[in-house]
Parts: sequence; C-alpha cells; structure tokens
Amino acid sequence: MGLKVDVRKKVNGFDLDSSWEIGNELAVLFGYSGAGKSLTLQLIAGLMKPDSGVITANGKACFDSTQGVDIPPQHRSFGYVFQDLALFPHMTVKDNILYGAKGVAKDERMERLSGMIESFRLNDLENKLPAEISGGQKQRVAFARALIRRPDVLLLDEPFSALDNPLRVEMRAFLLQIRKDFDIPVVLVTHDVVEAYTMPDTLIVYANGRVMQKGTPIEVFSNPSTEEVKELVSAKDYWRMDTVSGIKS
Amino acid sequence: MDSSTFFSMKLSLQVAAVATIFVIIVGVTVAYLLARKRFFGKEALDVLFTLPLVLPPTVTGYYLIIAFGRNGFIGRHIYELTGWSIMFTWYAAVLASFVVALPLMIKTARAAIEAVDRNLINASYTLGHSEFETATKVVLPLAKRGIVAGAVLSFARALGEFGATLMLAGNIPGKTDTMPLAIYSLAGSGDWAQASGMVILLTLMAGLFLYMANRYSRRVF
Repeated sequence: MGLKVDVRKKVNGFDLDSSWEIGNELAVLFGYSGAGKSLTLQLIAGLMKPDSGVITANGKACFDSTQGVDIPPQHRSFGYVFQDLALFPHMTVKDNILYGAKGVAKDERMERLSGMIESFRLNDLENKLPAEISGGQKQRVAFARALIRRPDVLLLDEPFSALDNPLRVEMRAFLLQIRKDFDIPVVLVTHDVVEAYTMPDTLIVYANGRVMQKGTPIEVFSNPSTEEVKELVSAKDYWRMDTVSGIKS
Repeated sequence: MDSSTFFSMKLSLQVAAVATIFVIIVGVTVAYLLARKRFFGKEALDVLFTLPLVLPPTVTGYYLIIAFGRNGFIGRHIYELTGWSIMFTWYAAVLASFVVALPLMIKTARAAIEAVDRNLINASYTLGHSEFETATKVVLPLAKRGIVAGAVLSFARALGEFGATLMLAGNIPGKTDTMPLAIYSLAGSGDWAQASGMVILLTLMAGLFLYMANRYSRRVF
C-alpha cells in the first residue's frame, strides 16, 4: 500500500522531474515557493497531465505514459485540500461535505456525514454557509469534505499557510490525528520549516523541480545532502520551533 | 386599452417569452462551451453569434430569410416535408427575436461562467464529480446572477425587436404586429394618440427589465 510518483513535466519554462515513493504515512513536500511541490500534487491528483512518467496508488496505476493510462481526476479517489480550501460558497457546510460523498451508498451517506460532523467538531454549523463560519471551521469542513468518501490518498496543498499562528498549531495537531485515524498516504505541501520538521514520517525536500533529499526529518535536518537543503533547513524562521515543540511528542 | 393595443402587447410578451426560453437553453450552452472549452474555431463561433448585436436587424433578417424562407436552404426542406413555412407567422417573430437577443445572453453568461473560481471546479473533479455534474451543481449555480441578468436583458431586447421581425414575420395586423411594429404602423397612419400610449408602455416595460437586470447582476457570494 502506498503512493509512487515518478513524473516529468515542462510548463512555462519550468522543468519538473521528480520521483519518490511513500507508504501509508505522512510525507511532507518541503521547499521554497516555485520548487514544483504544488505542481507535483496537481499531477498526482490528475488536475494536470505529466509529459511522461508513472503514478501508482495502492499498486494501481493512475497514470502511466508508457501504457497510455490516464485516469481522470474524478475516478482517482484522491482527497485534495486546496490552499484556499475551495469550499463551495453557495452550499451549506452539510452540502459541501455531502458533495464529497460521491459514490457512497445512499443509506450510508447520512451516517458518515454525522460521523464527520462529530469528529471534526462541526456540530450546529451544518446549515451555515462557508462565509458565515470561522477560518478554523472552514479548514475542518474542507478536510471533512475530502475525507468523507474515504479516499485512497490525501493531498494537502499548503492548507494552513493563511492561518495565524495559534490556529495553525491547532490544525497541525488535528492533521496528525487524521493521519492516525485514516491509514492512508498523506502528502502535505509546505514551505514552513516547522511543519517540515515536526509533522512528517518522511520529509521530501524539493528545489528547482528536483527531489534533493528524502528521509526522516531528523536525518534531513542533521545531515543535509546539498547546499540547497542546508540553506532550507536552517531558514530564518526556525525560531518558531519552540511554539510547536509539544506537537510531535 | 383598445383590443388591437392589447393584442400587440400580448403578442409581444408571448414572442419575447418564448424567444427567451430558447435563448436561455442555447445561450447558456454556447456560453459554457466558449468559457470552458478549447476547440478549433471557437473565436469564430463567438463572432458569428455576436454579429446580430452589431449588424443592422435588416441584414440579420435577410440572412434568416435566406435560411428559413420558403426557398431557403433550411426552409425549403421544411416546406417540402410539411407544406408549412415559418414566414409571416408569429413563430418567425420568435425566431427573429431569438437570434437578435442571443448575443446578449452569450456575452453576459460567458463572463459570469469565466469568473467562477478555477479551484472550485478542480475541487469538484477531485471529489469525484463529472464535468456535467460540476457544470450543473457548481459552475451554473455560481454564474446564476449573470445568467439571470442575461435572460432579463434578452427578454427586454426581444420585446423591442423590430427590423428582423418585419423582414421575417411581416407586419400583419392581428397576426404578427408586435408592439414595435404596431407603433410603426400607427405613426405611419398618423394615429399619434394610440401610438404614444404604446410608446410609453413599451418604455416603462423596458426600463423595468433593465432595472431588474441590474439588480440581479449584483453578486451575492
């Protein structure tokens, strides 16, 4: 079980060539903006098409340029949380979450919905519109919507980057809980050094469209393989570490 | 209001309403394709549908006669099959109004559909929904204001259609004389009193619809 990515894509002069494999664990794609992390995520989800390569989830090919396989995003069953969350503004919290329950049997939908509402602490918000709830609540709705159909993989494109710090700390803990509850590969894209150090089982460092280093956070941070990685892991907002040191323990 | 005024008003509303129904169906479909799809000849298609907005209505009417007249390249076959021709019927007035009002719908709806956040569409795809479901549940509901505004504008335009209608449907009293045509006849025969009544009525109706279009085009989300 796991996710295997081996893709090449040229877009607007940017050249992505990255290859990695993870199991049912939380992997963080870490690097500066424009390193190709989000592009990789879009290729995995099928929102963009690689020029060549292979993407496999749980041993099943979603994309394989040599075999002519290209499963459309609708049929990949990958939960995706967007940076701006992309909640449907015209649907209530309940309808947003249910929209993600595509393919779930009718009699099971409501059961799963109440389960989601319960475990994501969205009680009493079911009938509110996204514009009427707080930032943290929106985050939880986005996660509930992505997870209700129990996807094969969860993809997260910097979902916490717009939050202020206390809320971000809370959401990180929340994500680690999800990681425990859903035994699937989770890929978190971030340029936040604290998230890169404290969150993942496996850290994958990106620079200029290439994977620079892959390993546990301790391995990468104590033994950066290149100058680029060294610069990344000693980034200047390192000091914020102390505010979240409790999370991983 | 005398009976001929009442007839013209009723006919105008009927023609505009039926034309608007077709404008919504065809206009939203074409607007969606233009906004969301890439295909060969896309901009040419846009130009073709927009032309009636800038061409003199007589030119539009002329083309419609060439297409749908008894000897037209489409009308000929209809006539051979059924012995019926759309010319000089109130259906012809609907056709003329439809073609002239369609660009207003396409322009307004295309802009509204293009304004829908790309991420919302991608989100719908990643949640397992097909393009058709995404269009009907996400894109069109979010573009609703623009579509409603386009429909109201089209209705107002259809209500005021004159030139193409005159060429295609004629100006037959009690049969195809919509309000604009009736006003033309009344003014021509010097019946200013009845003409001004209709002019005021038509102005008020058009003003009301423009006001409604403005109200609906304001975005809520």
